[in-house]
Amino acid sequence: MSAKKTKTIKTIKIDVDKCNGCRACEVICSSFHAIPKYSNNNPARSRIRVIHEPLRDVYVPVYAGDYAVAECAGRDKYIIDGKEYDECAFCRAACPSREEFKEPDSGLPLKCDMCEGEEEPLCVKWCLVDALTIEEREVEIDDEEEEKRDEIEIGLESLVNRFGIDKVSDLIAQISKK
Amino acid sequence: MRYAETGFNLEIDLTRGNIEKVASDPRDTELYLGGLGTNAKIIWDRVPPEVEAFSPENLLIFGAGLLCGTPATGCNRTIVSTISPQTKLLAFSMMGGFWAPELKYAGYDKVILRGKSPDLVYIWIKDDKVELRDASHLAGKGSIETAELIREELNEPKAQVAAIGMAGENRVFYASVEQGRSSASRGGIGAVMGDKGVKAIVVRGTKDLNVADPEKYMELCNDVLKYIKHREDNPIPGVMPILAGLGSPQEMKVHDEKWHTENFMWGNSRVRRRDFWNEEVEKEWTETMEKARTRLISCFNCPMKCGATISMPGLPTYMMKCFTKLTYTMGAFSDLDFGLRIAQKATEYGVDGFSAPQVMAFALELLENGILTDKDFPDMPEDNEGRFFYLLDKIVRREGIGDVLADGTYWAAKKIGNGADAYAHNNIKKHEQLPLKLSMLNPVYFLMYATGEKMNITQIEGQFPQAPFATREEREAFVSDWIQVPDEKFKQILLDWEFRGENSNPYYPTVEMACDIVDWQETMHYIDDALGQCAGLSSFPLKPPYHIHNYPEFISAGTGMEMDKDKLTEAAKRYRTLVRAINIRRGMRRKDEKPPANHWKKRFPELEEKLLDEYYKLKGWNKDGIPTRESLQQLGLGYVSEDFLQRGILSKDDEAADQDTAAETSVEA
Ligand code: SF4
Ligand code: SF4
Ligand code: SF4
Repeated sequence: MSAKKTKTIKTIKIDVDKCNGCRACEVICSSFHAIPKYSNNNPARSRIRVIHEPLRDVYVPVYAGDYAVAECAGRDKYIIDGKEYDECAFCRAACPSREEFKEPDSGLPLKCDMCEGEEEPLCVKWCLVDALTIEEREVEIDDEEEEKRDEIEIGLESLVNRFGIDKVSDLIAQISKK
Repeated sequence: MRYAETGFNLEIDLTRGNIEKVASDPRDTELYLGGLGTNAKIIWDRVPPEVEAFSPENLLIFGAGLLCGTPATGCNRTIVSTISPQTKLLAFSMMGGFWAPELKYAGYDKVILRGKSPDLVYIWIKDDKVELRDASHLAGKGSIETAELIREELNEPKAQVAAIGMAGENRVFYASVEQGRSSASRGGIGAVMGDKGVKAIVVRGTKDLNVADPEKYMELCNDVLKYIKHREDNPIPGVMPILAGLGSPQEMKVHDEKWHTENFMWGNSRVRRRDFWNEEVEKEWTETMEKARTRLISCFNCPMKCGATISMPGLPTYMMKCFTKLTYTMGAFSDLDFGLRIAQKATEYGVDGFSAPQVMAFALELLENGILTDKDFPDMPEDNEGRFFYLLDKIVRREGIGDVLADGTYWAAKKIGNGADAYAHNNIKKHEQLPLKLSMLNPVYFLMYATGEKMNITQIEGQFPQAPFATREEREAFVSDWIQVPDEKFKQILLDWEFRGENSNPYYPTVEMACDIVDWQETMHYIDDALGQCAGLSSFPLKPPYHIHNYPEFISAGTGMEMDKDKLTEAAKRYRTLVRAINIRRGMRRKDEKPPANHWKKRFPELEEKLLDEYYKLKGWNKDGIPTRESLQQLGLGYVSEDFLQRGILSKDDEAADQDTAAETSVEA
């Protein structure tokens, strides 16, 4: 039997009605994750994306979640408040069907890390209109928490899925010889 | 490595279909910063005064500001520059929205168009891939419609589109370039785009944009955000609602239109309706707006939400910002419902929201007064609103009388003759102005109207309160945290400024003070236009987050160039003088620097002359408004001075040239 513990989890609450489509969240996220920090920015590398279609009044900020190997089948449409949304508009996955949440050059998947090391998520701080706010809650966790997969592993897996295991291992072998 | 800018321009020769990526000279960035500054340098170098708006040699430059695309809040302006068909001078118009940052992420600072495409095309820029694509299927389509169709056919929902509508295609002299929620409207830039055969410029960029000193730059950005919050929580007391906060201004949010509807003129800038605003109107207009407005929306990286999405029943959705909300309504003596309906059409057609309604009201005035007759308006509907829709259609199609009106009130009056020019009464430098007529001359506004080369008062005014505060306490409170002033003396000017008595308009602010105030106001606008910063967070509102004290730090941390207050002020003066030089070479002189004769009832010809004299002196211009050899040399613009000598615009003996021309000057009182 594993002992039950609790921990505080911070999540970001999204109020789509307050979003004005400015993409400040994309700017600061990509700037924060630049190496060195803040040295450049590029919304196409951001881990939050604002899916927005002004003429249909669709404004949905979405955080990058886990990487999906394949696109899902039979996507639905949602009607909310008379507005039609594509299911993808709410999906957090980096998946083969779209360019969201992938590094523009390498195609490697991106994932929101809640701005590790910062006092608060920066997209929340930069969203002055409160479309993004922080919410804290207590959750029970198992002792043997599912081990955290690191970025390299996720990245490598996506490469394997894209190019095949042979190609990737060949390449790794080649690089290590250099 | 280049920082904040990409260091590359796209040069597109439309005649030959040739596209080149050209590295820009970093020394030009030092001297002219970017945006308007470097646009002006290119136009000076490459567009001689013989070149007309519709010559193939005319350039049309879409320049992203120097800091656009960096994390600096509100830095998103595209500065579009060309020779205007209407004024025949340099036109430059700033559009907000999302286009300029996207261009930076694609790896370019400017798109420079020359020549003319034989067929209608659009330009598709995706990072390193640039192509001209057939747009024949988009001919006659609305600007917003076009943007949607292009995004669909390219399957690029994130592409940013700057497009013209029918007005641009048909070279209407006040055609705009539309970009979703924003537009470049003044000066007929859309007509030049249409003349070049370009329906749209579409851009998608996915590259990094670097800054030189990341930690410092982020600290500056965070300070700006903090100050914006502070200003949002502390609106300025004692001024009208749209001036209390930041933004450019927030017309879509504000329902109380008492000030505009009772102080601005209706019709062809004629009639003031002092008791117009009442509860009933307020209720009706608020309802109209609330129903139409689906959401308040911002430009790229800005929290201010100056724009709105507007859906009128039965009409396609569009986006609106600023004062277009009321220009059609007031031009037609109608209501907000009509204003928002016709603005939908006008946005799709792509026309300037100041000029278009004024031209239409002018036409109807000519009809009323028998200068035009019913024959000129075949099949025109009887009702007032119907007439405006009719006229708008005629104009953008250049059909019948519309063909004449499409050139704006100045040129239309010339063609129509028969005394029509008395009705084209609200122009400066051949360009329609805000519909405003006042009583007592205001020396600061006199100078801004007369000498502004951005052609619109909102693009030069700002920072300094428009009117004195009533009490000493209010004034003291205002100056107590006025950190934006470039010099402490401005605080004293405001403290001593009264509604009545010695220290009131027109003789106070004194000539010297008025010159200093206008110079400060103009300098800040020119800095914004080079950096790509929205005036709504900088030069336009009272107490903005960006000012002369933090801008130099932004520029050094962003670009890596050394910068301080003096160097920045000098750079702004340099390209401001270059803008003037371009116009001087095109024939603009002191005689053209006149606000409309009826702008104020009470005029003071002697004082006005003195104001111009002193302001010209402060700017380093001679009595005719021409930059002197000495000031050109000081600014490193020796090449301008040589050109002026060669053309006989200046003579070796500066002073002598002054004497000849000063006699031509007159102010209509
Ligand atoms: S910063 Fe806020 S308002 Fe702006 S796009 Fe992101 S979520 Fe929307
Ligand atoms: S929390 Fe941080 S990492 Fe996650 S989307 Fe926001 S800015 Fe990016
Ligand atoms: S202040 Fe208004 S107009 Fe200016 S950038 Fe922000 S939203 Fe756009």
